[in-house]
This record gives sequence, structure tokens and C-alpha cells, in this order.
Amino acid sequence: MKHLLSVTDLDAATATALLDTSDRLRQALLGREVRKLPTLRGRTVITMFYEDSTRTRVSFEIAGKWMSADTVNVSAKGSSVSKGESLRDTSLTLSAMGADCVIVRHPASGAAHRLASWSDKDHTATGTHTSIVNAGDGTHEHPTQALLDAATLRDRLGSVAGRRIGIVGDVLHSRVARSNVFLLATLGAEVVLIAPPTLLPVGVAEWPCRVSHEIDAELPGLDAVMMLRVQAERMTGGFFPSSREYAIAYGLNDTRAAMLPEHGVVLHPGPMVRGMEIAPSVADSARAAILAQVRNGVHVRMAVLYHLLAGAPE
Amino acid sequence: MTDLFIRNARPYGGDAVDLVVRDGVITEIGAGLEAPEGVETLDAEGRVLLPGLVDLHVHLREPGGEESETIETGSRAAALGGFTAVFAMPNTNPVADTDVVTAHVRRRGAEVGLVDVHPVGAVTVGLEGERLAELGTMASAAGVQMFSDDGHCVNDPLVMRRALEYASALDVVIAQHAEDHRLTQGAQANEGVVASRLGLAGWPATAEETIVARDCALAREAGARLHVCHVSSARTVDVLRSAKAAGVSVSAEVTPHHLLLTDAALTSYDPVNKVNPPLRTAADTQAMRAALAEGVIDVVATDHAPHASQYKDTEWQVAKPGMLGLQTALSVVVHTMVEPGLLDWHGVARVMSERPAEIAGLPDQGRPIAVGEPANLAVVDADEPWTVRGAALASRASNTPYEGMRLPAVVVATVLRGRLTARDGRVVEQVAS
Repeated sequence: MKHLLSVTDLDAATATALLDTSDRLRQALLGREVRKLPTLRGRTVITMFYEDSTRTRVSFEIAGKWMSADTVNVSAKGSSVSKGESLRDTSLTLSAMGADCVIVRHPASGAAHRLASWSDKDHTATGTHTSIVNAGDGTHEHPTQALLDAATLRDRLGSVAGRRIGIVGDVLHSRVARSNVFLLATLGAEVVLIAPPTLLPVGVAEWPCRVSHEIDAELPGLDAVMMLRVQAERMTGGFFPSSREYAIAYGLNDTRAAMLPEHGVVLHPGPMVRGMEIAPSVADSARAAILAQVRNGVHVRMAVLYHLLAGAPE
Repeated sequence: MTDLFIRNARPYGGDAVDLVVRDGVITEIGAGLEAPEGVETLDAEGRVLLPGLVDLHVHLREPGGEESETIETGSRAAALGGFTAVFAMPNTNPVADTDVVTAHVRRRGAEVGLVDVHPVGAVTVGLEGERLAELGTMASAAGVQMFSDDGHCVNDPLVMRRALEYASALDVVIAQHAEDHRLTQGAQANEGVVASRLGLAGWPATAEETIVARDCALAREAGARLHVCHVSSARTVDVLRSAKAAGVSVSAEVTPHHLLLTDAALTSYDPVNKVNPPLRTAADTQAMRAALAEGVIDVVATDHAPHASQYKDTEWQVAKPGMLGLQTALSVVVHTMVEPGLLDWHGVARVMSERPAEIAGLPDQGRPIAVGEPANLAVVDADEPWTVRGAALASRASNTPYEGMRLPAVVVATVLRGRLTARDGRVVEQVAS
């Protein structure tokens, strides 16, 4: 594995190996006074974020540091155009400086694919064949989010295969939803997308999932429900009439949470809009695995860096 | 020199003949003719002879976009592609919305002399879709016969209605880039399975169909001539078919890339495949081929759209839409239409030369290969395949979506009013006359 651009780069065996590595790394760190493994000593890992992000950037940075990599954060806010330098030139520059891995978050779908193709094409010129990790590209994918969600579901439910997972909300604009649908399907889960038609992409019928517009009908049958963030700009975009109506129709309140089976898990990729897609009491309840997701995020990202930079362990 | 002797050519793929050209006009056609004394001979070696190709839709980028193409480099590409006339779209900088800019384009084309460059005038000032440009002055002072805001749709129905009404008195054609911009806000790719998976905002085919339906109704009421640029959706064909049956004066074009390529190519996110309207589905390409064979779509036009690498070697979202077309058009038409038996060589002549000339009102192009007709011709080796290399194309930019693809049919020679403009893959440099 040279790059991690999309969950479709991962077959079930590779994804499971990543999750297993994540578990082992967590065990290895457990109870250590100094939370540091020497695995990636001397490796340079750069996070390059063209969008605001706290949790993902910090999570990758901690993952790199706990593996003893040299981590550098580039805040590249604004588009490549307004910045004046093209994405390609920025990537060539970082490769020429010896970046072993560039972790990129970018508002354009496919930006990580472009970086990877330039890295593959230009590595003799730059001197470093940089690995690219997609930390969220436009409305396309966020593969490490899906991996940490799978890790969390494995922890809570014992397995992903055979479980029924609901994903609720703005699937149309969600890279988290895309990565989760395809990774969870690869791992053998049954995925149900729950959203109004305006927030579902055209062609969703071809995806390996089922679609529903009725959250109440689905909740009793779900092993886990993942609430997607409703972005403020969508509320004025005519995708649904009002935030009030959205909260009434799709918000996960106490009544709805009680419709889940006893073991039912609540996930949220964050950042949450409390009171909108999820009630504060539900977000803070025992069902919610939201902080476990964040903790797993570090371990999963350590596993990804490990597989990319040190090779998959035997 | 406008005298030429063409030996052993097969007009429309028929029987081999020789042709004598005098002063740019075909004066003799027959088997076993004597080469006239002192006249240059072009031995066609039994290859197919077509009327010179006419392209209703190119972007030559001059003035303002010379890093991507100039009238000279675009003319070279046209000559090498078998074209003897091209229509240069007005989305230049400054926009070709006055007789000054349109006359400049025509003059530059004539100076280069490799292909007749006809300026297309803007419908509205600055392509902004609000106020009509000086259509009458462009028509009278610069000979403009076709107007388009291409790249933008004349989205406002009232502005489009007035444009069609005004144009009807001038006997010029309005060529519409059919895209309801309200339905394509932020659009990056054909709305459908591929774009949804890739997270690219969708360009729904309905944005094309609804504008075409609206414009056909407006053209009917105005008694005007409407031309629909780059049809891309199967359902638009249905709209066109019923409008034509109802007697609306509407014509339509399809690009070579919409005959061949589909949105399946997008998975690499390489913006060389980004174009507007977007590459659509395999069902759409099949519908385009059938409609072209049937005549519902009248012509092939390239939408040749050069972009320098800095506009393409980027993330998909910021890349400019468009792809090169002039030097690959005939090959793609042979591959998609002739090889499957949808068109014969007469059909190719019809969709790439005769009908385009007729739509644009060119009296001296798209004419039959016959005595007394102007010698605008293309010699085509139908059997020879070639491999497309963007860097080897004559355009200043190299954004071809066919890179590395093997395509049939090589243009061996192009003749403009009796003068060779291209021969054996090389431009024949023109001496100022």
C-alpha cells in the first residue's frame, strides 16, 4: 500500500489488518508511562490542511508523534488559486524536502488522488516517493474516519460483519458517509442510509446499501446509528425547509434513542450540532461512542502510517 | 499557387479518379487524366477524398488566451485535421462582442491563411446574458453569420427571445450553449452514479433538455434559426426530434468526445476529461451516435478547447473545462460512426462538411466534389491507425483526452481553394499572396 486515497483501495483483508494493527498499537501503548513507539523514527510526516480541522489534524499529528515520526503541520488555508501556488507545486516542494508522507485535507474532491498521481510521476525528480493519505477531500472520502468508525463498532459490537448500521443525514455532501458506506459494506455490514431525497446523491441506488426516509421505522433494527453533521450552509440551500423540520424529522432525540435495541450504539463523526441532528442528552449518554471514536482515531491513524511507511506487519 | 493535380483519389470512398484544379476550382474529374504541365501533383494513392471539413465550434483563444492557443496554432491544427473552415467562439478577452474584435479574428485567420476562420459573435455584451450585443453591426461590418454566448447559456428567457427575434431579420443563426445555470450551480461532472461516488457536484442532463425545449418554442414563435451546441444527453435528442417534426428551424451538433467518451473516465480525477457539457454515460454516447446517423443531430463540431497545462494540471474542481479536438475529430467519427456502419463516407461528408456549411451559410464550403466547385478537400487514409500524443499535436496546449489511444484514419492532405495546407502530417507553410 503506497497511498490511502479511498476506502475502495482496501479489500476486507487489508482493512481488517489495519484494524488489527490499530488494536495492537493500542495494547502496546496501554499503561506505558512514555507513550512513544520508535517505529517511524527518522520519517517525516507532513499534514497539509486546506480546510479548518481540529480533530483530524491533531489526531494525525499525535499518531505521528507517538510513532516517533517527525511531524510538520502546514496550514494551507484558502484555495491553491488564491494562494498563488498550485497544489502541484506545493506537493513537489514538500516531496523535494523529503516528506515521506503527506496527509492532505482539501475542499476539492479528488485532491488526494491528484497528489498521489504527481508523487508517482515525479518522484525521481523530487527524490522522494511521498505517500499520500487522504484526510478528507471535498465531498468524496475520508477513509481514516471510516476506519476509526469500524474500529469503534468492532469494540462495541464485537464485529462489523452482519451488523446493520444506519447513517442519518446529509449523505449528499458527506465524505464520511461515502467512506463508511463502502468500507462497512466491504467488511460485511448492512448499511441503511436515512435522509430526505434532497440529501441523497443521484445514483445512490447503485451503492451497496439500502435507502430509507423513515428514521423511526429503521431505529429498532439498527445495531448502530451514525448521525451526520448538518452543515449550516445547507440549511439555507433549499435542501430542506427549516432546521426545525429537520430536527423533528431526523434528529436523534431521547425518544428516538430509546427505539434502538439495548446494545444500539450512537456514533457521530463530529463536530456535532447539539440540538440539531443529535440531542445533548443522547450525545452524552452511555450509548454514545463519540469519544471512543476520537480515541480510536489516533490508533487507526498510527496503523495507517505504520502500513504505509513501515510496510504491513507479517 | 491555386492549381493542383490530384491523382488517384476516391471521392467519398467511391471509384478512383484524377482531378484537375485551376484557380482554386475543380475543372476536370476523370480516370486517367494527364497531369497538366507545371502543376503540382498530389498522389492520393487511392485514398478517400472528402470535401474539406467545416467545424462550427472551436476556441482559438486569441485574443487574450495565447498561452493556450493562437489563431495561428489553431489554424495549423485545423489544417492537419482536414478542416478548411472553422468558427471561432467569442469567449476571448476581450470578448468578441463587437465588429472590432470579430473583424480582427477574421483578419488574423486570413493572414495565417491555413483555414477560413469565421468569427462567431457574442449574443450578449460580455457574454453576461443581459444586453444584446451589436448583432447587426457585426453581421454587416464583419460578416458574422453565427452568434453564441458559448461557455455560457443565454439563460434569461426574455433575452433569448429578443435575440432570436432580432436575429431573424438578419438571417443569422443563434447557437445556444444549452445549460440552465440554476440547475448546474457548482457542477463538476455528469450527475449520476460516477459523480456521486466521486463526490463531484452533478450537472444534470435536465439542465440541457429544458433549455433546448424552451429555445425550440422561442425559435418557433420568432421564426428564427436556432442551433444547439454540443448536445450531450439522450433525452435532448427526443426534444430535438419532436421540434424538427413540428417544423422548428433548429439544428444541432455533437462533439467527437460525446460520441466516444463516458464519465467512467473520471475515476482518475485527471481534469483532461473535464469538459462542459460533461462526459455522460455509455447510453448517452450510443444515443448521440444514433441521432447523428438519423440526422436528428445534424453535424459534428469539435468544441476544440485548448488549455495550457497550468489550467489542467490541478485539482479537478479548479481545472478549466475543455479538450482539444481538431486533429482527432475525423478519427473519432470514423471510429464511432464509420466502423460500426452508422455512416458511410457520404455521411461523413454530410455531418462534417456539407451540413455545417449550410447551417452557417457558407457558399463556398461543404460543396460537392464536382467540376465547377471550389477545391476545398481532404484526403484521408482510412486504413491507417495512429496513436494520439498530445505533445505532438499542433495546438499550443496538449489537453487531449485521447492520449495514448489508437484511432483509425489519418488526414494525408488538406486543400483550401486549390492550395495544399497540410500534407503527410505537416503543415504546408503559406507564402503571403
